[in-house]
Amino acid sequence: MTRKPLSAADYPLAEKRPDLVRGARGKPLEELTLDALVSGDVTMEDLRITPQALLQQAEIASSVGRNELARNFERASEMARIPQPIIMEIYEILRPGRASDKQAIIAAAKRLRDEFQAEILAAFIEEAADVYDRRGLFAARY
Amino acid sequence: MSDSYSYGANRWRRFSDWDDRPLRLDQFAVEDPENGFSAFSGAQDPQPGISIIDGEIASMDGVAAKDFDMIDAFIARHHLDIEVAEEAMAMPSPELARMLVDMNVPRTQLTRLARGMTPAKLAEVVAQLNAMEISFSYSKMRARQTPGNQAHVTNAKDDPLQLSADAAIAVAFGFDEIETTMRVSRNAWSNALACCVGSSVGRAGTLFQCSSEEAEELEIGMAGFTSYAETVSVYGTESAFVDGDDTPWSKTWLAAAYASRGVKMRCTSGAASELLMGFHESKSLLYLEARCLCVQRGMGSQGTQNGGIDGAPLASTMPGGVRELMAENLLAVWLDLECASGNDARHSESEIRVGAKILPLLIAGSDLICSGFGSILKYDNSFNPSSFNGEEMEDFLVLQRDFEADGGLTSVEEATAFSLRKQAIEALAFVHEDLGLSTANETMKQSVAVASGSDDTESYLPRAVAGISEQIKDRGITVVDVIRSLHKGGFVEEAENLLFLVKLRVSGDYLQTSAIVRDRRIISAINDPNSYQGPGTGYRLSEERRQELAAIRDVLDREGVLRAEAIYEPDESRRINYHTIGPAEAGTDPGEVLVALSPGFGGKLFRTLAGHPLSRVLAEIQAGIASENATMRIIRCRHTADTSFLGLTAAKLSGSGIGIGLQAKGTAVIHQKERLPHNNLELFSNAPITTLEHYRGLGRNAAIYATGNMPDPIVVPTHGEALGARFHARVALTYAIETEMTEDGASPEAVEVTFSEDMP
Repeated sequence: MTRKPLSAADYPLAEKRPDLVRGARGKPLEELTLDALVSGDVTMEDLRITPQALLQQAEIASSVGRNELARNFERASEMARIPQPIIMEIYEILRPGRASDKQAIIAAAKRLRDEFQAEILAAFIEEAADVYDRRGLFAARY
Repeated sequence: MSDSYSYGANRWRRFSDWDDRPLRLDQFAVEDPENGFSAFSGAQDPQPGISIIDGEIASMDGVAAKDFDMIDAFIARHHLDIEVAEEAMAMPSPELARMLVDMNVPRTQLTRLARGMTPAKLAEVVAQLNAMEISFSYSKMRARQTPGNQAHVTNAKDDPLQLSADAAIAVAFGFDEIETTMRVSRNAWSNALACCVGSSVGRAGTLFQCSSEEAEELEIGMAGFTSYAETVSVYGTESAFVDGDDTPWSKTWLAAAYASRGVKMRCTSGAASELLMGFHESKSLLYLEARCLCVQRGMGSQGTQNGGIDGAPLASTMPGGVRELMAENLLAVWLDLECASGNDARHSESEIRVGAKILPLLIAGSDLICSGFGSILKYDNSFNPSSFNGEEMEDFLVLQRDFEADGGLTSVEEATAFSLRKQAIEALAFVHEDLGLSTANETMKQSVAVASGSDDTESYLPRAVAGISEQIKDRGITVVDVIRSLHKGGFVEEAENLLFLVKLRVSGDYLQTSAIVRDRRIISAINDPNSYQGPGTGYRLSEERRQELAAIRDVLDREGVLRAEAIYEPDESRRINYHTIGPAEAGTDPGEVLVALSPGFGGKLFRTLAGHPLSRVLAEIQAGIASENATMRIIRCRHTADTSFLGLTAAKLSGSGIGIGLQAKGTAVIHQKERLPHNNLELFSNAPITTLEHYRGLGRNAAIYATGNMPDPIVVPTHGEALGARFHARVALTYAIETEMTEDGASPEAVEVTFSEDMP
């Protein structure tokens, strides 16, 4: 499906483009009602942001010159598919002194590519590995 | 000089007075750039510069790429826009500084240039602006047009009932965001649920965060209790960053993690954090903060909380420290970041310093003027006291009204506040009961409803709170469970409000720069961009909003003054009777003192500004006159209400040539017949502090003047009270009631006064 890139004119999406907004199980906004929640039709899963929504917000951010914010949304879009424990595990090895050398980060990048097709995130943490190596940030701190 | 010559002390006592003022509790430090104590000019601040070879940054601010520390490396790769860098870095800093204050240069032109500027360049430019220019530029450069505010909601006991009640209050005052934290970290889940419920009372859309340990904060966000986070701290030196247990890459990872869970996020930085952590590298506060902010833009954070934050008190010990806090707020918005502009950790014990610090941002407007206004009492603020706290809430509301400046808050009526508290308490108590978390009894609920702070409550004990918190976490309770529970308990509006908030994360609209919710709609830098281009543009108060700011409590009006006076009328009519006899005649008795009453005296107005019944005042004057064996005669003037003319009229008709002019509000004068109107014998101008004893002395002195002798003038001692502030609105309204009763050319009338036995 091709469509014109989103811009400020489409924002806020929930107001201007509700047709594009879906919960994680595909429910449109108008189905996310109190009655549906009380009856059990709407769960926490339906109230999660989707990778698509994050890419849409990235388009909007880019359209107003906020490319770095857009990059963040693109990273987040990949992350939205990754379970919480794995996100926290990789966060931990990115902290200073947690990994003893760059291999741990390289391995995490491979996992991001292989299991989650998260190319942007993988490249991002590989970049960190290089800098950590050069700056001696693999030294254990406790 | 003689050694024996003694002044009774070895110092001018004014210094002792100064020692006793709250200001002197503040510490001040000498400027010492080598040791990190410099706001703008660090010993090791680099010169701005950049070289780009083959599309790669070869050096930045005097450091070659191979020597970049992790912060330089991150900034070079993620902040600097190579397309803009050479153009922006080549522009003279004074020219850029002028563009910042030039209303004809659009904001977007400047935010584009900032993408190509190094930290040293950004710092060099804003350092050229004085405090007023920084404030002006801030109002032009901030991202969202409509100003907002953020509250802290915490208490010293982590009491969930009080958190819920106080969250509802913060929402009612209009805070766009509320932030909680805990005294005991394991209470995080309980605090989150309690504030989440309280913030759903009264209005939908107040964003909420629970500041806690990174992993836990994310989990609380995923459970839907919170909607934003601002604990992603960034530091300006590599060593401080590492001691903060992160790197720019790990923080970027975290930033993306929040977005991936639909939670709004901003970073935290601010002057002097590196100095506090012991790694300042002899660099200035501003330069280090410029590095922090470039990192944040590079991370793709939509915004920042800066302007000192925890370092504000330390920054404020230095010369120019407060100007630096303003300058770093400006850097944030120049870099196109949402700015929650500090005014958070209280930087001074001096209320004057606090008021002065808030003003530039209040009149400039800010995305969130305080990144933590303590909506609770100081001792309940688990972040430490803020610049403004529950105690000073009304001061802030009045500043908004004084300057017609929108600080995001609106007054709340007493009855409304009380009923919102009760509603929030009942809602939380029901949810706790329904989810099997705890049972709150009536004593607990009632004590919290009326309590100003946690010292006054008989509610949950810390151990019970820890148990509640663990259950919420261990049983995997989410916001969906809370919404269902609210609905079940009949709190349908609260359930709807909470669902509205959680639904925001589905579209992610509130992840964009400077997003808040107003009237159930998202406004951000995208659909409410700051359009300031000079007078008449940018954010202006609507008439409706102006009226809201004006509507503080207990404001005086004419009807109110008359109503208040009417309450005293029955009592006064029992004590005294004024009988008009006819036209006043000139007296011949050298032993008389004539008292001229103002037009409304005893007819429409019944007590002085000090609250003395006018009957008592007249009785005291009479007693004073009698004590010198003179007699009092009374007339009423209707041609004037002015004290001097009342007094002079009395003096001219007085057999002794001495008269007293007496206004209903209690202002009095002793006059003599040959004098010019404003050249009286004695004036009692401070009616609010004039006692009955003084009025008796006035009568006595008038009688002594009548005998041709010179008494000791009566002195009404003041203690420096701002009497104008306390009374002038009432004075003006009261006096206008009297002047309205005057009639040109009306002749004075003789009045016979009889006192009854009811005299107090």
